Amino acid sequence: MLLRAAPWLVIGLLLAPVALGVGLTLLPAFGYLPVLGGDAFSLTPWRELLAMPGLGRSVLLSLLSGVLTPLLALAIVLMFLAGSSGTALERWLRRLVAPLLAVPHAAAAFGLAFLIAPAGLLSRLVSPTLTGWERPPDLLIVNDPWGLAMMLALIIKEVPFLLLMALAALPQCEPGPRVTLARSLGYRPAVAWLLCVLPALYPLLRLPVYAVIAYASATVDVAMILGPTLPATLSVSVLQLFSDPDLSLRFQAAAGAVLQLAVTALAMLLWRLLEVLAALAGRHWLAAGQRARGEAALRLVGRLGVALLLALAVGSLLALLLNSVAGFWRFPDALPGNWTLQTWSRALPEVLAPLGNTLLLGGAATLIAVTLCLAVLEAEGRQGKRLAPALWLLYLPLLVPQIAFLFGLIVATEFLRWTPDARLVLFAHLLFVLPYVFLSLSEAWRHLDPRWTQLATTLGASPWRRFWHIRLPLLLGPCLSAAAVGLAVSVGQYLATQLPGAGRVPTLTTEAVALAAGGNRGIIAVWALLQAALPMLGFALALLVPRLLWRHRLGMRSTA
Amino acid sequence: MLKRVTGLLLLALLATASRAQTPDPTDWDAVLAEARGQTVYFHAWAGDPQINAFIAWAGERLQAQHGVSLQHVKIGDTAESVARILAERMAGNSDRGSVDLLWVNGENFAALKANDLLYGPFAEALPNFPLVQADRFPEMREDFTIPVDGYESPWTRSRLVFYFDPDLLPEPPLSMAELLVWSQANPGLFTYPRPPDFLGSTFLKQALLELAAERDVLYQSVDPTQFDAVTAPLWAFLDALHPTLLRGGRSFPGNGGELRRMLGDGEIALAFSFSPAEASAGILAGELPPTVRSFVPRGGSIGNVSFLAIPFNAPARAGALVAANYLLSPEAQARAYSPEVMGSTTVLSMEALTPADRARFEAIDPGPATLPPQALGQPLREPHPSWMEALEQAWLARYGVR
Repeated sequence: MLLRAAPWLVIGLLLAPVALGVGLTLLPAFGYLPVLGGDAFSLTPWRELLAMPGLGRSVLLSLLSGVLTPLLALAIVLMFLAGSSGTALERWLRRLVAPLLAVPHAAAAFGLAFLIAPAGLLSRLVSPTLTGWERPPDLLIVNDPWGLAMMLALIIKEVPFLLLMALAALPQCEPGPRVTLARSLGYRPAVAWLLCVLPALYPLLRLPVYAVIAYASATVDVAMILGPTLPATLSVSVLQLFSDPDLSLRFQAAAGAVLQLAVTALAMLLWRLLEVLAALAGRHWLAAGQRARGEAALRLVGRLGVALLLALAVGSLLALLLNSVAGFWRFPDALPGNWTLQTWSRALPEVLAPLGNTLLLGGAATLIAVTLCLAVLEAEGRQGKRLAPALWLLYLPLLVPQIAFLFGLIVATEFLRWTPDARLVLFAHLLFVLPYVFLSLSEAWRHLDPRWTQLATTLGASPWRRFWHIRLPLLLGPCLSAAAVGLAVSVGQYLATQLPGAGRVPTLTTEAVALAAGGNRGIIAVWALLQAALPMLGFALALLVPRLLWRHRLGMRSTA
Repeated sequence: MLKRVTGLLLLALLATASRAQTPDPTDWDAVLAEARGQTVYFHAWAGDPQINAFIAWAGERLQAQHGVSLQHVKIGDTAESVARILAERMAGNSDRGSVDLLWVNGENFAALKANDLLYGPFAEALPNFPLVQADRFPEMREDFTIPVDGYESPWTRSRLVFYFDPDLLPEPPLSMAELLVWSQANPGLFTYPRPPDFLGSTFLKQALLELAAERDVLYQSVDPTQFDAVTAPLWAFLDALHPTLLRGGRSFPGNGGELRRMLGDGEIALAFSFSPAEASAGILAGELPPTVRSFVPRGGSIGNVSFLAIPFNAPARAGALVAANYLLSPEAQARAYSPEVMGSTTVLSMEALTPADRARFEAIDPGPATLPPQALGQPLREPHPSWMEALEQAWLARYGVR
């Protein structure tokens, strides 16, 4: 009974706060907030918002980022899979992808900034020998007006995410037989993959792609570190309005948050249009029967793209590492003039409390999320039908920009007289951890070969016994990867930690953001690495545990 | 009926009155007794690990001396905490606030005070308050021209100080006019943080104080009809300066820390800070070359005092009072003065201290790039906070879209 209610319980748990938060943002956006003297509905907040200098550009920037980032990231992932699916390269990369996914967005953004800035690692490596630069070049690379650096960082982060999601969904598309069939008709392998496997794969990738659109169009942390500044992206501008001491700006801020919601929705609509166009073009290609074209280019671009992003990601981590142990490091020296562990040794005593909080929050949120997701999936399996349409609601917290509902949600908790504390923070984390865990787990769970369960049933096993002794052990690997994703999501939360906890629940991320305000590169690097270390450990465990557990069972290892 | 209404009104009055009076800061023993065992959530900017370490140390001392637990809530921007207090007020939360003590001044204090969001007056009843000699130093009772009225307790002095890299800039410019001439001859060696960053806005105010035809209007609330005329010299100056800045004035650093990093990397030759000890601290931390030195413009530079305030709904008011008083003690102020600790300039008046306490300060070497107090000269007073808001708006309107 309880199990049957699980899906609706979880949907309610996620839907209610988002709906409440958006509602409490909509009211002040249209002038209604009695405590601040807004007694009647009006359009004044919108007029003031639209009068803000540079608003049009901010909107355009957010829209561009929301469409271009997923487009490029998806293109690289698909071209790579088309050219390398089933090869050793793919298997090797699959192992590398997880740690990259583990690096929180803010940490990756700082790493990239330290790598590509005019005084960054790359520029130092080639100076002065190749460039003749004795001083950092006066180039607008980071914080460029069109957000290219920001989009690059987002692509570096989203490619591993989409790749992991695609690899998880791929087996059920049966790429082997499809490609073989197409090849027997004379298509080259990469083109065959694109024409025959992609149409089956894309529907399974759609949700992760929409989550990327939402994130890229409304990111706050990456945009603050690498994004344009004059003007900033819409989300950053809105956040500044929300934290202004001038109370009257709250109306304008709320209107901005609603506008952000609309911009994200518009980005998704544009994407939908692109989907239709791509499907038409694909059908045209199929009908034309053109076989030779594109094979080499596909392979090359996919591999080059992934290689380049990998190099940038590794370079970013290296830049963080170097900065964390650098003493005075004058440009154009490629390496620090002197090395020091002082930044680390000073940070370590400060790490314990936030590390403990991060672990507790991440562990609890992940445990709850995995349990609830398993309950939903098990309920779905036993009822024998997919709740797909309703389960879209599960992803709402990922699709609605954080700033469009978190502030409203905080006002709601204040009205409910809920004291800001760790429990509230845990709940806020769950809003984001749960959908990601579900996203990572559901496809693998739904497509477990049903014959295992059928066999157990014929042997008289009860439903719970089938769950504990058949399905869970068989799917231990995917469960642990989903848990690692959940932990990484929890570790990376800033607004969802600071707002519901009133700053009283310091985590590695809140600490890192507060210290970043001081601008010391060494300190930023140390905290970014600390932030990245925990999720990396999580992913390492997710890979190791099944291997240890099933070390005497060869067949189980291959599924894990 | 009427009786009941008056009764209710009276009750409400009594309730507010008793809230304002508990604890009574003039009865210090009672404050100490009430504070013991309380946990004080201290919201303070945490961008500098030295400051964080100092607050942690002060927490240990407070626990040992008074049984008060001081929890540093690390924030990147004080406005976030102000916004939080406002949200609590909106929701009718009048006794369970999340902030007990707040490091604040200027615009944020003005917003808090204007909206009745502070507890007090308390500052002048603190046992250590006489040590600042407020009668001799009127800046202890005035925050960006807003009268403090005892609603915040002095904590540290800030002073706008420029610092430079002598390798790239042998003769630092001592006025805004000289700065412009130098920057035009050597483009790309200077920039300033992007307003509304407070250091960037301070640069605008410093320039306006130097360039305005008369300063008196800056110490009153902005008169919108006069704003354009008063600020015209500032915009003329910036219009000329911006094309000569780093990145051609198309992008600005986000804050003072980024500005320091740029000087350390040799991207710029001249930077500035609100802490006279910043250059020395930067050298010690290996962020700046050891040759960096500081100076103050010929006509003086903006100085202000930052304060500690207690929100109206702070649950641990007694503990907050004890913490504010401790942070004003010679022991805490002398420790904060040391460049290895915080390098902050004390608000205490040396004349008011006992010889032993004075010796604590005299024993400290302020560092190679820190100017001695006499070289700082008299600070220029901060303009009225409405100027900050108006200047930021006007800056964004002019330069906000590149």
